[in-house]
Amino acid sequence: MNTQTYSKKLLKHFRNPKFVKKVRNPDAIGEVGNLKCGDVMRMQIKVADGKIKDIGFQTFGCPAAVASSDMVCELAKGKTLEEAKKFTNDDVVKELGGMPLVKIHCSVLGIQALRKAIEDYERKNRSKS
Amino acid sequence: MKQIYFDNAASTKTDEKVVEAMMPYFGEKFGNASSVHVKGQEAKHAMENARKVIAKSIGARTHEIIFTSGGTESNNLTLKGLFWQNFPEKNHIITTKIEHDCILNTCKWLEKQGAKITYLDVDSEGFVDLEQLRNSITDKTIVVSVIHGNNEIGTIQDLEMIGKVCREKNVLFHTDACQSYTKTFLDVKTQNLDLVTLNSHKIHGPKGVGTLYIRDGINLTPLFHGGGHERKIRSGTENVSGIVGFAKAVEIADKRDVEKMAGMRDRLIEGILKIENTKLNGAQGDKRLCNNINVSFNNIEGEAVGGYLEQKGFCTSTGSACASHSLETSHVLKSIGLTPVQGNSSIRVSISKFTTNEEVDYFLEVLPSIVNKLRRISPLR
Repeated sequence: MNTQTYSKKLLKHFRNPKFVKKVRNPDAIGEVGNLKCGDVMRMQIKVADGKIKDIGFQTFGCPAAVASSDMVCELAKGKTLEEAKKFTNDDVVKELGGMPLVKIHCSVLGIQALRKAIEDYERKNRSKS
Repeated sequence: MKQIYFDNAASTKTDEKVVEAMMPYFGEKFGNASSVHVKGQEAKHAMENARKVIAKSIGARTHEIIFTSGGTESNNLTLKGLFWQNFPEKNHIITTKIEHDCILNTCKWLEKQGAKITYLDVDSEGFVDLEQLRNSITDKTIVVSVIHGNNEIGTIQDLEMIGKVCREKNVLFHTDACQSYTKTFLDVKTQNLDLVTLNSHKIHGPKGVGTLYIRDGINLTPLFHGGGHERKIRSGTENVSGIVGFAKAVEIADKRDVEKMAGMRDRLIEGILKIENTKLNGAQGDKRLCNNINVSFNNIEGEAVGGYLEQKGFCTSTGSACASHSLETSHVLKSIGLTPVQGNSSIRVSISKFTTNEEVDYFLEVLPSIVNKLRRISPLR
């Protein structure tokens, strides 16, 4: 896999991300990042019948962060929470056709934000029941 | 798509006149400048002419110039060469927090060899505090090394004042003038300079060649040992074609280009700052390199701005460390007081004599919508 440059696919997701948005009435939010390192990622999900019905993100991040978050959303949309929890960052990087090794740390934000959003959803729904 | 090169602080296009001047030295004039025969003397003659041109351009004497492989080597040679020459009697070096990595990493390495390094602070525009400098000099101090024109934020230090302090206190003064050479006043006498690093590929010359000016009477321990080239300070067969090209680049450097670039720079700065919540990093006017623009855009990431600019054909670079090998926020931007987020939200645009007004217009036309798009993506407000 490519470990030196941004792939064409990655650049496509960076230039035209499909999932940059605020989800209307989100059921859960996952926010991760490190202001010290200058990365912030917010992901919002809407859940119905145990599946991710809608998903969107906003980021203060570099091309790798933007593209990998977009890919996370693409992978997670329509999946059950259990399925979505199983995605790893390796899946995301592979789907994007690789990226420079030094950028991997930027790409993990997307998957971390998704997991945090799912945790947030589960916590809220535990307290409801 | 047309490529528009706005990264001239990284490297510049080799001028055609320079290439032309170099060509014979790849062909029939291939001799080794150390050889005593005709071919060797032909090369030597060209090299000594080049030395004269470069010496004259900074008010030095010809023999005070030695050729190296570029800025990194000249800076390494200065600090390591002076340290080994003076250690252990003296072991203290003073530099600043905004130097190029080849100074800072040399200093870090020297610390492990027993050197004591003082890293001077700078103010919000990147200027060294002369009082702090004065107070830092001790009887153990060997040299003060301060970058002339900063490679990231373009601030030009007042070498004359720093040189005066060094002379008063009887310590050596070195400057890394890679970015400023031919772009602003540089004179070893009036600025009290003892050592000066210059390089070729930032001024439309070839890569792989630079010089170190070493004032008469200063001894350096060599980095390379060998046949004793370059006054026994820098062994290794001289890069004659590169040296000839470097001198040609110096010869054709034109003050009118500097004025032209400064005008375009100010037009770019003015245009960029019209976008809300943007901030110029570094000094202004004559105290800024004529070709450097560095701005922070609130709440969006610099490399992402660069990525969208590239889509429009522009080559720029970021102050954001994410872009390079390191993941830290730029040490220069941190030193002038930017937070990591502000530091990571900056880009550097550096123009050249080849930049056109149309390119400047096009940049100012596309930038606002890129910034708006990224601000919509950003969760920060």
